[in-house]
Amino acid sequence: MAIEKQDVAAIARLSALSVGEEEAGQVAGKLNHILDVLETMQSVETDQVEPMSHPLDQVQRLREDRVTETDQRERYQRIAPAAEKGLYLVPQVIEQV
Amino acid sequence: MQDWEVVIGLEIHAQLTTHTKIFSGSPIAYGAEPNSQANLLDLGMPGQLPVLNKAVIPKAIRFGLAVGANIGRRSVFDRKNYFYPDLPKGYQTSQFTYPIVEDGGSLDIEVDGQTRRIGITRAHLEEDAGKSIHDAFPGMTGVDLNRAGTPLLEIVSEPDMRSAQEAVAYARKMHELVQFLDICDGNMQEGSFRVDSNVSIHKPGTPFGTRAELKNINSFRFIEQAIEFEIERQIEIVESGGEVIQETRLYDPERNETRSMREKEEANDYRYFPCPDLLPVVIEQTDIDQEARAMPELPDAKRVRYQENWGLSQEDAQMLTASRAMADYFETLVDLTGEAKKAANWVMGDLSKALNQDGLTIDRSPVSAKMLAGLMARVDDGTISGKMAKQVFAAMWAGEGHADDVIEAKGLKQITDEGAIGEMVDRVLAEHPDQVAAYQAGQEKMLGFFVGQVMKASKGQANPAQVNAVLKARLAQA
Repeated sequence: MAIEKQDVAAIARLSALSVGEEEAGQVAGKLNHILDVLETMQSVETDQVEPMSHPLDQVQRLREDRVTETDQRERYQRIAPAAEKGLYLVPQVIEQV
Repeated sequence: MQDWEVVIGLEIHAQLTTHTKIFSGSPIAYGAEPNSQANLLDLGMPGQLPVLNKAVIPKAIRFGLAVGANIGRRSVFDRKNYFYPDLPKGYQTSQFTYPIVEDGGSLDIEVDGQTRRIGITRAHLEEDAGKSIHDAFPGMTGVDLNRAGTPLLEIVSEPDMRSAQEAVAYARKMHELVQFLDICDGNMQEGSFRVDSNVSIHKPGTPFGTRAELKNINSFRFIEQAIEFEIERQIEIVESGGEVIQETRLYDPERNETRSMREKEEANDYRYFPCPDLLPVVIEQTDIDQEARAMPELPDAKRVRYQENWGLSQEDAQMLTASRAMADYFETLVDLTGEAKKAANWVMGDLSKALNQDGLTIDRSPVSAKMLAGLMARVDDGTISGKMAKQVFAAMWAGEGHADDVIEAKGLKQITDEGAIGEMVDRVLAEHPDQVAAYQAGQEKMLGFFVGQVMKASKGQANPAQVNAVLKARLAQA
């Protein structure tokens, strides 16, 4: 499977990234290189191997259901590019419904 | 509806009742100042690591056991990737391949006297996103991340429902169940219980049609209306030679129609993969056994018991199990008084009326089950009449104390002394010779007049049954 320019465009849209026409070609090339590596890995015999979601043979540690965080909004919003009325402001991302 | 078959599956998001978020120690109180409950992890700041809240696991297990599903002994959190400003990490932490509640579950619903079993595909733990405010700032979107990270149990049904009525019956039953299990408060206005409906149509015996998803409808009535509208819309499209497209649609209750929410983002590709920040959750058999032992009696079982043991009607049993708080209140009252029918009448009568008037839920009732039992005891031992009891109840509701205090303060003791009642009856009869004559001439309805006069003379405190009996006896002798 090879990645074409239009696949790059689709992924870019899903990620809300702006990737130019020229750049899309380069990105496609890089992604295809990664896929080649995976292709090689695919050839390894894995029928007898149980799929593993995590490399560590450990289980999740749990937290008590107790409030440990305090309101730090002032400090956090000081470093935000834009904030008003307690809300973080971002460029409008969707078309009006 | 000709020969189209409707196919509906529901995805329900139930917010789990915890004090803190699923992966951080931020509080989750509803209605707090924007972003006052969003810490660095909730904001998606780099370098923050999630730690799972212990409280969500037993709740998920309890749900799984209640619907008869297999419990995922080793469940895994995945990242569901999509871009939206109220999801600053760029992915929602959810469960995809190995959910905590696996297959095998079901819920029985009743529609038009028919019982149907609806399959439950799975239920998984995930975090909620924040809220975007689109119309308050020109050219900008406001983001409130207080809700980000709120623990949700997403309950996915099989596409087993065949009408809007069935879908709503299922949603209601699920709403009732999660509240009885004490895992979700069921508050739809606050978004604690959200229903997404997948609706499609097809001809029986052919593959399912393309489905449209109706999202975030916050009342059962609107869910039913939205699905009805959507079915009509799809039939119209297909019958006029068109094709239904897979999309998310919003329901507008004011116009009673569904509208496309956005141009279809091309085949949603969430690129799920196991979250490297969270290790698998392992559930031991002892954890499951513990939840099984603590399982409360479920509404269906309660309804059967109310009818079989206490002789209540199906309608009454239904009403009294409308919420767990209602059932708990009622059962406490029956325990204290031993009078199921009278208790049912109080709970569904004066109590429900007062609750409705003040817009309260039963767990906030100013008259507790114990107080109401105290009042019922005074009716039972003849201290006060049923009519006086209503008056006493109103005073108790207004905060004037226990039944005995109110009876004492208002001097409401019922007169049951035969001698005293006899005197009052004699006086009334002596004062109304014409009416006595009329009664004796066959106008028996005059009895009501005498009863009224005696009750008036006693300031409403005479026992009406005794007044009736004494009157009849005296009039027969006269």
